[in-house]
Amino acid sequence: MTTKLFGTKVPRVEDQRFLRGQGRYVDDLLTDDPRLLHAAVLRSPHAHARITDIDVADVLDVEGVLAVWTYDDLVDAMAEPLPLLIPHPTLTHGRTQYALAKDEVNYVGEAIAFVVAVDRYVAEDAVARIRVSYDYLQPVVGIAAARAADRLVHDDVPGNVGARMEQENGDARAAIADAPHTLTLELDVERSACTPMEGRGTVARWDPDTSRLTVWSSTQTSTGVRGCVAAKLGLDLAKVDVITPDVGGGFGVKINHPWPEELLVPLAAMTLGRPVKFTEDRREHFISSAHERAQVHHVEVGFDDDGRVLGLNVEFWHDHGAYTPYGLIVPIITSTQLLGPYKPLNYRVVFESLYTNTVIVTPYRGAGRPQGCFVMERTMDAISAYLGKDRTEVRSTNFIQPDEFPYEHGLVFQDGRPLTYDSGDYPASLAKLKALVGWDEFEDFRAEMAEQGRRVGIGLACYVEGTGVGPYEGAHVHIETSGKVKVATGLTTQGQGHQTAFAQIVADTLGVRFEDVEITTGDTRKMPYAVGTFASRAAVMSGSAIHLASLRAREKALRIAAEALEASEDDLEIADGVVTVRGTDASIDLGTVAVLSNPLRYAFDEASKAATQFSVGDPGKPPVAEDDEPGLEGKDFYSPERSTFANGMHAVIVETDPDTAEITILKYAVVHDCGHLINPMIVEGQIHGGVAQGVGGALYERMAYDESGQLLNASFMDFLMPYVTEVPKTIDIDHLETPSPLNPLGIKGAGEAGVIPSAAVFAAAIEDAEGFPITAMPISPSELFALRLEHADVPAEAIAEETR
Amino acid sequence: MSEQLHDVRLHVNGSVHEVQVPARRLLSDALRHDCGLTGTHVGCEHGVCGACTVLVDGAPVRSCLMFAVSAVDAEITTVEGLTESDGTAQGRLSPVQQGFMDCHGLQCGFCTPGFLTTITAGLRENPDPTEDEARDMIAGNLCRCTGYQNIVKSVLRAAEIERERGGDQ
Repeated sequence: MTTKLFGTKVPRVEDQRFLRGQGRYVDDLLTDDPRLLHAAVLRSPHAHARITDIDVADVLDVEGVLAVWTYDDLVDAMAEPLPLLIPHPTLTHGRTQYALAKDEVNYVGEAIAFVVAVDRYVAEDAVARIRVSYDYLQPVVGIAAARAADRLVHDDVPGNVGARMEQENGDARAAIADAPHTLTLELDVERSACTPMEGRGTVARWDPDTSRLTVWSSTQTSTGVRGCVAAKLGLDLAKVDVITPDVGGGFGVKINHPWPEELLVPLAAMTLGRPVKFTEDRREHFISSAHERAQVHHVEVGFDDDGRVLGLNVEFWHDHGAYTPYGLIVPIITSTQLLGPYKPLNYRVVFESLYTNTVIVTPYRGAGRPQGCFVMERTMDAISAYLGKDRTEVRSTNFIQPDEFPYEHGLVFQDGRPLTYDSGDYPASLAKLKALVGWDEFEDFRAEMAEQGRRVGIGLACYVEGTGVGPYEGAHVHIETSGKVKVATGLTTQGQGHQTAFAQIVADTLGVRFEDVEITTGDTRKMPYAVGTFASRAAVMSGSAIHLASLRAREKALRIAAEALEASEDDLEIADGVVTVRGTDASIDLGTVAVLSNPLRYAFDEASKAATQFSVGDPGKPPVAEDDEPGLEGKDFYSPERSTFANGMHAVIVETDPDTAEITILKYAVVHDCGHLINPMIVEGQIHGGVAQGVGGALYERMAYDESGQLLNASFMDFLMPYVTEVPKTIDIDHLETPSPLNPLGIKGAGEAGVIPSAAVFAAAIEDAEGFPITAMPISPSELFALRLEHADVPAEAIAEETR
Repeated sequence: MSEQLHDVRLHVNGSVHEVQVPARRLLSDALRHDCGLTGTHVGCEHGVCGACTVLVDGAPVRSCLMFAVSAVDAEITTVEGLTESDGTAQGRLSPVQQGFMDCHGLQCGFCTPGFLTTITAGLRENPDPTEDEARDMIAGNLCRCTGYQNIVKSVLRAAEIERERGGDQ
């Protein structure tokens, strides 16, 4: 009997190639092809300028340069702005950039010219010889400048406002006006970014023999890139294949598409008749990919004596950078997921999405949720401080209860569907968290530390994450005559271990050996219908599709085997790739079933010869029945009505140095509920990584733009990504498994969870240690020190007052 | 004008690679593009992330901060050269590689080669590190996926495997 693999810590199959240096990332491709050419991009050094002239005369003199493109060389669809991927009725002033800047540049890093040469060094030499004349314009940098609108990013966008969106459930302002207690908070989150270890990259090869274009891109959506390349280059979709090779991390930034280079590389490959590669360098990644997080919030809340939120009114301003290719996804998620596990009686949210002369903003792991969580949790802490209640008590008072699911918030979520939570047990999660972190024992610990002259604080933060958003994913399962099972799903992989987790599902559902299953992701040749990897959706969407497709293959295998074994399907079982009549010795390998499924005229190996001893089908009927098809395959799609909602709670104990204001993590605890776990080892790895990214976002990472729009810290030397020395020594994790009723496996997404509550939980713990409100994140020791000076004269009792 | 090329003999993983490169060619690029050893990855090109770390005469070196022409006469080991021969074509995973496998010490795998080479050298110097020493050993390498939790475990596990295998012989 095959052991059930679902839910077990199966070691990852992909590790073998990665550990041996045999991974194939996009920059590794075609390295042995002497015809391969390399591209480099001239990027704007100015945040806001009109281009008056581009002189490329010197470029072609450089030996080894083959071609240079500027906007004037682009025609037809390539000369149009890049697509606005996710339009929305409230995005009244959406703007996207051109593949190469036309007449103006709106951020430092915007692509202006594209050079192709024999190697990257030469291509960069050539870029340095391009002379561009500019008329400088004053840039708009930061949310305050965008709101002030003294200057405009785009002349035809009044007030720098790309969108204004409002949602309301009940009458929040009236509820606040009538509430016994009210508070007002001003909250601020700065910019950060995904910064995967591998930047963006694209390789393209036009094959004149088959008239096909192959594009390899380090993307989170092969099918999306394929659609864009075909549309922009005027090719039939059938002529374009997009393959996502191994990807060195994404974290959201690689879901945006097409990047200018994803179009220019194939254009160059077709024009020059040689393969072309673009590999982004680190500085380019900082200034020409995407950032996220920057928002400013104004919160008004009304509540009763128990801390029950009667009305919550949130206004916020979202910095979306110079263009809006990814629409309003991030602020919509903030505005809806801000609610977390709570049920304010009345809720109103309104946001403005603003243009600035900085890098574009697209989802970064968490995608607007970290800001929303920060706002809601800061509000809960402020209410607790005001009422003098334990912070867990006020949260409990506001929790949606386990018997209230499905819970409808009366709002519309990012997928255009009602914001309806499927399942969860927040009180149980909180009980686990309190035990895990030692919440009730903390005051003793604080006293003990105080005796040693040490200052400590504890914080907690709760979140709910919509995962597994639609519209769909599909899977194709093919059982070969060898008994090997080849499975394709269209979304892509960037380190999540899909080849392992998905194979676990196939092995269990189909009844085959895990090692006989091979998973392919992100290859449009094998699965042309797919959406992509984002929003913690891969396990839910493709996992479910793979399960369904495996069931289809299993049904067919049982039908054919039943005929061959002259048994009833009901009496058959499949284990380790063998179909057996239960309780007998009669059996048939799935490989042989595959042979039988495909009536061959020609016997080409032993398997096909052996198959002739079984009589399959009726000689009086066609070999392949009218409603059947040859081959042992299963294909299916999974398209859920709405998202699943995972949740979790984090707690941290920090120590703040009384002299230097250095912040040290003493304990980090996570309670996580993503429904059933496919592979707990992989889920815990995702949480570890998310927490580390969250630590970076809370304490170290920010995009340091100066007033002229220059990004001053565009390197790993200056942008402080955590090393091992900055992350907690241990992360205590406890799981609650509240299955989702929305999919056959009862799973929810886990990819983003670890990073969502970080800003909130660190702000809470630092506030608890210091005794004054923390309202802006990230926070550095210098900033904490400055806050201490500011609050030096404020007595502790006045803190709650101060947040009013 | 064309760039002057230099004949360079690179000794990598026990093999000799004769390449012609300009003086400015980084060792990382020469290994990847001229020698075809793409296991060494380039994450930042300014020596901060450590993904491109290779062993030069046994010592960990950021190959993005070294010119290929400077590596003449040196014995270079890349991630491809870490496996141990066991009679199979693939070879068996080294203790460090096996430690990462056992402890889920990698996710996307991009930074992994630099960690593997760094730890290989680190364990030669200190075959029995404490947990804090293991942290210290990897404190110059960036990983964006794992949060380092399982990489620290991998170092300790690698030391254990090293001892187990030593015991075998």
